[in-house]
Amino acid sequence: MTDLMDYDDVIAAFDPALGLEVHVELNTASKMFCGCDNTPGGAPNTKVCPVCLGLPGSLPVVNGKAVESAIRIGLALNCSIAPWGRFSRKNYFYPDMTKNFQTSQYDEPICVDGHVDVEVDGETHRIEIERVHMEEDAGKLTHAGLTGRIHDADYSLVDYNRAGTPLMEIVTRPILGLGEKTPAVAKAYMAHLRELMLALRVSDARMEAGNMRCDANVSLAPRGATELGTRTETKNVNSLRSIEAALTYEIRRQGAILSDGGRVHQETRHWHEEGYTSPGRSKEQAEDYRYFPEPDLVPVAPSAEWVEELRGTLPEPPAARRARLQEAWEFTDLEMRDVNGTAGSIDLIDATVAAGASPASARKWWLGELARRANEAEVELAELGVSPAQVAEVQALVDAGTVNDKLARQVFDGLLAGEGTASEVVEKRGLAVVSDDGALGAAVDAVVAANPDVADKIRDGKVQAAGALIGQVMKQMQGKADAARVRELILEKLT
Amino acid sequence: MAADILTATAEELGRRIAARELTALKVTEAFLAQIERVDADVHAFLHVDAEGARAQAAAVDARLDAGEELGPLAGVPVAVKDLFCQAGVPTTAASKILEGWRPPYSSTVVQRLLDAGLVVLGKTNLDEFAMGSSTETSAYSTTRNPWDLDRIPGGSGGGSAAALAAFEAPLAIGTDTGGSIRQPGAVTGTVGVKPTYGGASRYGVIAMASSLDQPGPCARTVLDAALLHEVIAGHDPLDSTSIDAPVPPVVDAARSGDITGLRIGVVKELGGEGYEPGVELRFREAVAALEAAGAEVVEVSCPHFTYALGAYYLIMPSEVSSNMARYDAMRYGLRSGDDGTRSTEEVMNHTRAEGLGAEVKRRIIIGTYALSSGYYDAYYGSAQKVRTLIARDFDAAFDQVDVLVSPATPTTAFLVGEKLDDPLAMYKSDLCTIPSNMAGNAAGSFPCGTAPEDGMPVGLQVMAPPQADDRVYRVGAALERALAAPDAGVLTDRIASRWVEA
Amino acid sequence: MALTTDDVARLAALARIDLSASELERMAPELDIILEAVASVSEVADADVPPMSHALPLTNVFRPDVVRPGLTQEQALAAAPAAEEGRFRVPRILGEEG
Ligand SMILES: [Mg+2]
Ligand SMILES: [Zn+2]
Repeated sequence: MTDLMDYDDVIAAFDPALGLEVHVELNTASKMFCGCDNTPGGAPNTKVCPVCLGLPGSLPVVNGKAVESAIRIGLALNCSIAPWGRFSRKNYFYPDMTKNFQTSQYDEPICVDGHVDVEVDGETHRIEIERVHMEEDAGKLTHAGLTGRIHDADYSLVDYNRAGTPLMEIVTRPILGLGEKTPAVAKAYMAHLRELMLALRVSDARMEAGNMRCDANVSLAPRGATELGTRTETKNVNSLRSIEAALTYEIRRQGAILSDGGRVHQETRHWHEEGYTSPGRSKEQAEDYRYFPEPDLVPVAPSAEWVEELRGTLPEPPAARRARLQEAWEFTDLEMRDVNGTAGSIDLIDATVAAGASPASARKWWLGELARRANEAEVELAELGVSPAQVAEVQALVDAGTVNDKLARQVFDGLLAGEGTASEVVEKRGLAVVSDDGALGAAVDAVVAANPDVADKIRDGKVQAAGALIGQVMKQMQGKADAARVRELILEKLT
Repeated sequence: MAADILTATAEELGRRIAARELTALKVTEAFLAQIERVDADVHAFLHVDAEGARAQAAAVDARLDAGEELGPLAGVPVAVKDLFCQAGVPTTAASKILEGWRPPYSSTVVQRLLDAGLVVLGKTNLDEFAMGSSTETSAYSTTRNPWDLDRIPGGSGGGSAAALAAFEAPLAIGTDTGGSIRQPGAVTGTVGVKPTYGGASRYGVIAMASSLDQPGPCARTVLDAALLHEVIAGHDPLDSTSIDAPVPPVVDAARSGDITGLRIGVVKELGGEGYEPGVELRFREAVAALEAAGAEVVEVSCPHFTYALGAYYLIMPSEVSSNMARYDAMRYGLRSGDDGTRSTEEVMNHTRAEGLGAEVKRRIIIGTYALSSGYYDAYYGSAQKVRTLIARDFDAAFDQVDVLVSPATPTTAFLVGEKLDDPLAMYKSDLCTIPSNMAGNAAGSFPCGTAPEDGMPVGLQVMAPPQADDRVYRVGAALERALAAPDAGVLTDRIASRWVEA
Repeated sequence: MALTTDDVARLAALARIDLSASELERMAPELDIILEAVASVSEVADADVPPMSHALPLTNVFRPDVVRPGLTQEQALAAAPAAEEGRFRVPRILGEEG
């Protein structure tokens, strides 16, 4: 079992240094260097061509839209756009790469020197961006064998549908001085990037689908030391939760080693959802990628005019947008803090309001019932499977008195089970509230007869006692009653 | 009758087919028969696609019979270096590692040939992955020089050049990375032109060194080469390095051949020590003939050309090492040693050891070295700077003259086996041709007689600025007319009686 | 500079080619001669000379973001040394992703 040091003790003795490399898959229609369909999924090896299969003689041609997206991402991250830059070949052998080199950018990235500000607990932290560069994704391996893990596999299978998907790699400068907040800031940064990619509409940004993948570097140095410690790079971190957990784990693990007088190995580690990192297979020698300028592609030289034109297409910066929406929605600071604290909720609420719901009701559903469900399912709110339009429809049914809040939860069950539109779910599940006086009257009569004591109290003017009877009527009606009408009927009968 | 067909120019065949004096099928049959008859001696072809050729010829005949207007080479057969992908036709790059591979797609060049109604006879031999200057590194066979079967036909496009010289095809396609069209052309007495880099599409051409490779035409006459050039050249959106501009007027230039007032520079550095006397003699005579035809001749110095060979043998292997990485036994081609116990890495190592020849391995290792960290600046980085210096030499020279000329090769065709164990000596075959690959300008080799010592052909190289390919043809055509008998005209006619049955 | 057989073995490993001991013995001096011959490039490669990676000064060659038909699964796998379930089958993998 790996030794872990108490987190607070590590922080008391060491300063963590953080570095994040985030790969973002673009949602262009076609791939980075060929015309193959870039949408995810599909039968294996059906979205391939001579180029992305690396067949002899094939040649790449750059997808102009991907360059445009790269520039827009760079501008949104306050980067400078390089006026001239080449692609390079990163040479190494791996069976998920069809050419055994990755076409990437090496020393001439398209975007450099940017920054973003992220907020954690009301404090703003500036993250400096070293570079954003363009490259291509690899194919997908499946390992055949008992465990499905690479080391136990007898053989592997490769699907190259993903090979050649445009990837943006966003690399930070070392982030220092965050202390105990290091994992939280990393998570907030990732959430910020995700929000930005969605606002730019350049990526589906679904972390669980691998659209955004984070490699997290962290090292510890004794407090006050001027030199950085030896870092580890944790790969395979693909949820906001995992980033925070993986960094916390690495900080505790490294803390234990260093406190013990040991040395941290510079290595790649893998994050396991069970809550720990493990070392990758150590390499006998340092990788030598033998980068050189890609001769099959010509340099990318964005003109100042093009860059300015693209700057004009940038969405409102997230912070400004939050301020604007808070005012429009008339949310208190406290209400808005909940919105800001829940990844993706601002977009979902915005879209729900756009679909006709009131801001308060949109917020109530997304941060209440739906956030609870997302939490249970351990998925992002946006990945829960409920759309803003559906939420607006459910709220419209509530406003019309067709369902009450409690029944609405069952409507969400039906929506998540794919039973059709909200109205169809209400229909199929028989969820509509009963406001028919005949049926309600009979239930009220029965409940009054069964509770003579309570009925007497109400007759004596203790109107608040009606609550107990309302509850019983609701129960008898299996929740499908209009509670307000039930109250009216009880009071009519007893007063 | 068949002899007439075999020795006719492509231009003439095209005319007679268009006039319906000949059918494409009859012409195709004549060449297929010739291949059948002589290729056991020449070994120019790796694969003869007789059935495909007949079908293409019949289709062209049907279209012409229906009154359709096709291009000037419709129905004319062509041999294609086995480096070009052709859908469904075996494409091996003369390597064991691609044995039996049939590409699912066609290169742009082959597609343009087919679209223009040319008939692809088959795939010609080459040095493995085009790495060589003698066609001896082919994993399948050693092509012989039709002028002397004990000698090499040049390389890497020796198969295409030999097919022309043995009258097995009237036209052929090659690729030129360091001289692989021009050097075989020179040593077989045929015409070979390397267009400006980006002039003809590389899409579907198996890459050797991507920043240097360039497809081009091979023929027995200057006009035939120009007509073929026009078919295959021009912008291709599938090749990012393809020039998006009109093809230079190469056919007009070849028909004209007027060099009155043209300024020709003789490159001082491409001659002297290491050049055979017979080569120098024929070269000087050719320059004199050009001067007599109206050109102004001056000597021009290109001081950095002496570094071209060194820079080339760093840049080329570097790109080779990366381009060859895809032959890894995973998706196509040879897989060897997969006995269920070996890992992917081991199977890759094993397959590449088995499937690649010595010269390919040598270049991969040199390139791996030149690109590796710690050596990049000294080797690859320096070589790229030399490339700049060579391009500047060309720029300065083309400020003074319209074209540059030199011998195409330092020697005539050497004996089979003579240089196989001396890589450095072999590499020097490309001394004169490499600068134009480095700078990307247009260049061609044209027959200028045979050396008195061995009776083997000598080539004159013409180099023109980028996108001035027409100047190359203009000078080539002038030379074809200006030389004194017996070297004037079509040089290969001198060996026609040896290869073509009357 | 002399390239040793160990150097060549390391390069061969990087390039994924098994070379036998005798091949290494033969290749090392051979490569040495070639490298010596090409080393002259550094004599003229002054710092102020810009490196040239491409023969032509083209820039910004882009493709419109349009989907074009590619290969069918059958075509893609036609030349595969081994395939299974529509995928390329490869021997077990030891190394990590690069
Ligand atoms: Mg990357
Ligand atoms: Zn593709």
